[in-house]
Amino acid sequence: MSNNNDILWITGGRIIDPANNRDETADLYAVKGLLVEALSDDQKANAHKVDASGLVVSPGLVDIHVHFRDPGQTHKESIRSGSEAAAAGGYTSVVCMPNTNPVCDNAGTIQRINDTVRQNAVIRVQTTGCLTIGMNGEQLAPTGQLKEAGIVAVTDDGKCVQSNEIMRRAVEYAKMFDLPVMDHCQDASLTEGAVMNEGEWSLKLGLRGWPKAAEDIIVARNTVLAELTGAHIHMQHVSSAASVDILRQAIARGIPVSGEASPHHIEFTDACLKDYDTLYKMNPPLRADADREALIKGLCDGTLACIATDHAPHTPTEKDQEFDYAPFGIIGLENALASTLETLYHSGRCSLNEVLALMTYKGAEICKLNAGTLSNGAPADICILDPEETWTVDPEQFFSHSSNCPWNGRKLRGRVKGTYVAGRQVFDGDKITV
Amino acid sequence: MSQNLDWSRKDLIDLKPLSRAEIETIFKAAASFQKALQKKNKKQPYLEGRTVVNLFLEPSTRTRLAFEAAAQNLSADTITVSASASSLTKGESLRDTARNLKALQADVIIMRHSASGAPNYLSKVVDIPVINAGDGSHAHPTQALLDAFTLIDKLGPLDGKKITILGDILFSRVARSNIICLQKLGAEVTIAGPSTLVPEGFSAMGVRVCHDLQPALENADAVMLLRIQHERQSSSHFPSIGEYTRIFGLNKARAKWLKPDALIMHPGPINRGVEIDSELADSPQSVILEQVTNGILVRMAVLHLCHCHHRGLKIKLPA
Repeated sequence: MSNNNDILWITGGRIIDPANNRDETADLYAVKGLLVEALSDDQKANAHKVDASGLVVSPGLVDIHVHFRDPGQTHKESIRSGSEAAAAGGYTSVVCMPNTNPVCDNAGTIQRINDTVRQNAVIRVQTTGCLTIGMNGEQLAPTGQLKEAGIVAVTDDGKCVQSNEIMRRAVEYAKMFDLPVMDHCQDASLTEGAVMNEGEWSLKLGLRGWPKAAEDIIVARNTVLAELTGAHIHMQHVSSAASVDILRQAIARGIPVSGEASPHHIEFTDACLKDYDTLYKMNPPLRADADREALIKGLCDGTLACIATDHAPHTPTEKDQEFDYAPFGIIGLENALASTLETLYHSGRCSLNEVLALMTYKGAEICKLNAGTLSNGAPADICILDPEETWTVDPEQFFSHSSNCPWNGRKLRGRVKGTYVAGRQVFDGDKITV
Repeated sequence: MSQNLDWSRKDLIDLKPLSRAEIETIFKAAASFQKALQKKNKKQPYLEGRTVVNLFLEPSTRTRLAFEAAAQNLSADTITVSASASSLTKGESLRDTARNLKALQADVIIMRHSASGAPNYLSKVVDIPVINAGDGSHAHPTQALLDAFTLIDKLGPLDGKKITILGDILFSRVARSNIICLQKLGAEVTIAGPSTLVPEGFSAMGVRVCHDLQPALENADAVMLLRIQHERQSSSHFPSIGEYTRIFGLNKARAKWLKPDALIMHPGPINRGVEIDSELADSPQSVILEQVTNGILVRMAVLHLCHCHHRGLKIKLPA
């Protein structure tokens, strides 16, 4: 083991550590994978030195909503390729959804994933467990055993629990293990056959509309259940203005709820579907401009806690078909920082500090991850970025196995120049280095 | 006969991008075929030696037969593929099916598909003309063209004419294409029917949305009836067929609200006694069967124009 991996010295960068309200030009030090206040002269002499002058040094980004398709659908993504994509996007911690094949409703599957993570992942990859067996919304999954196996949250992800009774018991049960419940808020009876937002564009395109009410009803239900049980319910990829309002009121009343927004919902609207481009087909669907605005406002005023990508890989063949038949979902890990900077920072809506807060410690807090800060003693998980550098998105160059990315061909400002996990470089701004 | 004809498209997917002049070009061509069809030999030579494939992935009688007749009247060879007889049931993708049709020397593909946007997609994966014969709830351009052609034939120019479309608008590709077409031709369009099938959101397209039959029909120059599309809707959109007929069915008493001699139209298939009284369907005001015949003419026109443009041929019409 060389000293270079043990001691890291990042010089001259603008350190932005939102969790600690820190924004200054300074050096950053790490020893044996943890951040330290200073290095001795002897340590400095042996340190791996990185010049970050002119760049921003941020905590490694945290994404609490990704799909790595491993096990079961590794033709779309794997823990290796997904974690490389994350590293290239500046992420050092991600939380995987449990809709693998088999699904994560048993401790054995979690152990298997964690084994693969240990062998193949280039960043920290966390697991979630199903709320119910088979994600069928009928019988509680063995949450206690899943917790022992290492999950950080429970969720039935794409299959929102429809029964209010099961949901009530599931969140009540999860609370005992101090696990947040993450919910994909969708009333299935309102969205049968639906493929896009219900509104002017669904009427024009003749595509089956998906009313915002399908989300709002479940966000409202979850708020009621969080108040009843005291369990923390986190609303995934909020897409509707009314849902933001429900959350805002609930948080003001002290109810333990939170929400996330995805980079695509704050940038695109349902008008993007005008040519039936399946790269804009996602669940929940892109909404109207007023919703997009409400999400941005919710992120700025703290109603929505964090940005999460819902990185959902699908092969080109799967996306290359009639709109009705193509699967929902897009990938986002490798452009999320840049597109979020464009939407929130370069647009003048938020400070750089605020954007990085949404992409680091605030998500980590929801899943109680030891991540997202540059505190002394914290893991030396770091993202070095140039918020101004312009680049053109080319999914063919992505580390992800998949390329279903609607930012394809777009010029974005904000580039990851280096990613470090436990003080070790995993991405150098160009290639994976582990 | 050679005229100044405004046409530079190889596909007809949707009427949205068409100018009024382009729509009128189609009508000029259709009118010239109308005269030619009355001659002893209906055949026109324009698609001789060409193969027209009817890829009908959803059931159809009128539209498929009218396209077949149109292609044959233009001397094309026709091949018809239905969903049950195609490799799509064996898991072949639409891209591969279309490329195989091209490899089998298809010169034009006419497609009916249950998924909205499928012909938009098809036109991107093959370079031969693609004609939309109806896609999901999105568009049915040739139906709207034949409806407008029929209206103009009977009423003259449509500027300022009041046309009401009554029935299941939400799931209707015919309604969507008709709204676009009629508006381009200067007509005032009202859509009417139950609120669950005629959502207010349509008013953003510049139509009047009406859930009360009398104001919807009063002073209309024509009413287009649409069938209730059981295959596209869940049972929650209205209580029952009986209730629909009671509140929105067109009968003789309600037809009196229309202008005298107003036209009654229907794209078919009609459900007698449901959306329209049997007697009215057979009344002198009904032009339902003329619509069918005109369907051949406008489809001949569309096939001819798209083929000429694709091949770089000068557009000729029968004298």
